[in-house]
Amino acid sequence: MSSSIVNLVYLFAGVLFILGIKGLTKPSTAVRGNMLSAIGMLVAVVITLLNSEVVNFTYIIAGVLFGGAVGAFMALRIQMTSMPQMVALLNGFGGGASLTIASAEYFSVLNVEAQSFADLLAPVALDANAFGLGAEGQVTLVSIGLTILIGAVTLTGSLVAFAKLQGLIKKNFGLPGGPVGNALLFIGALAALVCIVINPSQAVTVLALVALALLLGLFLVLPIGGADMPVVIALLNSYSGLAAALAGFILGNTVLIVAGSLVGTSGLILTKIMCVAMNRSLGNVLFGKMAATGEVVDADEIYAGKVTSAQPDEVAMMLEVAKRVVIVPGYGMAMAQAQHAVRELADSIESRGIEVEYGIHPVAGRMPGHMNVLLAEAEVPYDKLVEMDRINPTFEETDVVIVIGANDVTNPMAREAEGSPIYGMPILNVDKARNVVVIKRSLSPGFAGLPNPLFAMDHTLMVYGDGKKAVVEMTTALNQN
Amino acid sequence: MEILILLLALFVLSLFLGVELITKVPPTLHTPLMSGTNAVSGITLVGALLAAGSETSPMLVNVLGFLAVTFATINVIGGYLVTNRMLSMFKRK
Repeated sequence: MSSSIVNLVYLFAGVLFILGIKGLTKPSTAVRGNMLSAIGMLVAVVITLLNSEVVNFTYIIAGVLFGGAVGAFMALRIQMTSMPQMVALLNGFGGGASLTIASAEYFSVLNVEAQSFADLLAPVALDANAFGLGAEGQVTLVSIGLTILIGAVTLTGSLVAFAKLQGLIKKNFGLPGGPVGNALLFIGALAALVCIVINPSQAVTVLALVALALLLGLFLVLPIGGADMPVVIALLNSYSGLAAALAGFILGNTVLIVAGSLVGTSGLILTKIMCVAMNRSLGNVLFGKMAATGEVVDADEIYAGKVTSAQPDEVAMMLEVAKRVVIVPGYGMAMAQAQHAVRELADSIESRGIEVEYGIHPVAGRMPGHMNVLLAEAEVPYDKLVEMDRINPTFEETDVVIVIGANDVTNPMAREAEGSPIYGMPILNVDKARNVVVIKRSLSPGFAGLPNPLFAMDHTLMVYGDGKKAVVEMTTALNQN
Repeated sequence: MEILILLLALFVLSLFLGVELITKVPPTLHTPLMSGTNAVSGITLVGALLAAGSETSPMLVNVLGFLAVTFATINVIGGYLVTNRMLSMFKRK
């Protein structure tokens, strides 16, 4: 098949990807958009298989069957509460694919039939012209190097993010020297990249680049945890797209470039949204310690004698006489698997003619949009999920706010306490409501390590205990009256 | 070199298109956006097929190609299926 036809079909696939993402701009067209995008993928794959360069199908069939089975199993079995882990893993595989493609491209030009590791490292006569004449060869080599670097960082970084979200790695730790250690790894990787471009005949430099980049991904994400995960996942998402686009430059493949750059920008935009929602720079999230600045606030001083606790049935009585209720979910709701119980409580409140909405902070949960997916699973209509900027002006007319499993995103210190580590972070102004109910296990601080003055306010009631159990008890009490 | 410039033009224009498109996606769909774009980045499968299916290359290239096909297929199948699963839950009452 002529390469013009192949490229025209790639163009068609690229258009389908664009229409697919356009479909995602509205919930009503999103399913169809995803389908269009999948058809684009199928078209691109089929035309590639018809390409005369593809002659050996053994490895292809093995890889597609194995990868397809793993992918389908993961996608169909994963729980909605575990979606951040799933996306982290998928990012990792995307990075891994780009890494292996770039390596395969290099070794196919090197063309050494290696029987052992030593064979591979034996010097061969090869210069940049083997990768393309003149400047083209150098550009290809730079692309190979950058694809390996970004692909490998994405692979190990995402695996660490997965392990942290899954609770397999609980501690946050980094290299000695923190950012300095990472900087040394990065400089080492760049040095290896330069060596490859100057003298591509040494396979050892490619292997060094792979190793350094894998380590860099590991130590970039190991020190980061908890509420900073949304930023990390969005950033790794962006990397996996960039790596794909760079692989497109190696192969001179247009559809890889179009698709990869769309994904790259998507991840970058989400990263920016997450950083703005935490009022922190990307550098601060990646290398900074959140509670390192600001004066130490004594939790006892804030809470002593001022915290009022309540039982679920007391809250039910309060809900009965309300006109408007806002539910503010956080990561704790995901942890307690309480989304269905929350929906049932909302149904019960609404059946009394009371208005119920959900206030969603951009960084609630462990990835962008985490809360929305959980509540969609519990069949909450998406128009009841209101973003921070639109819900904030309504709190003053709200009778009861129920905060379940959220902490830092409701902390009024972000608005008032200049010098506090979270000062300036946009929050949900739940303290402006007439009554606030906080469902929480204890008064322990959130990710920022700060006490929350909201809990000690006169109009705040604390309901201690498991989130799901407390919500179910409220619903039962409400239904009995 | 001419082709490289064209590829670069394609890359830069796609970045701008990406910004225009993605900024219009509402926050409620940000998780499906991530998994959906992730499936799109599985387009590396195209490159993986070329690496795994070439005849003359050394064994190492085929093995790397096999790994690439596996990784990319997980991305494509897993990404589209899980996105579809999530999106079909977004219903209006």
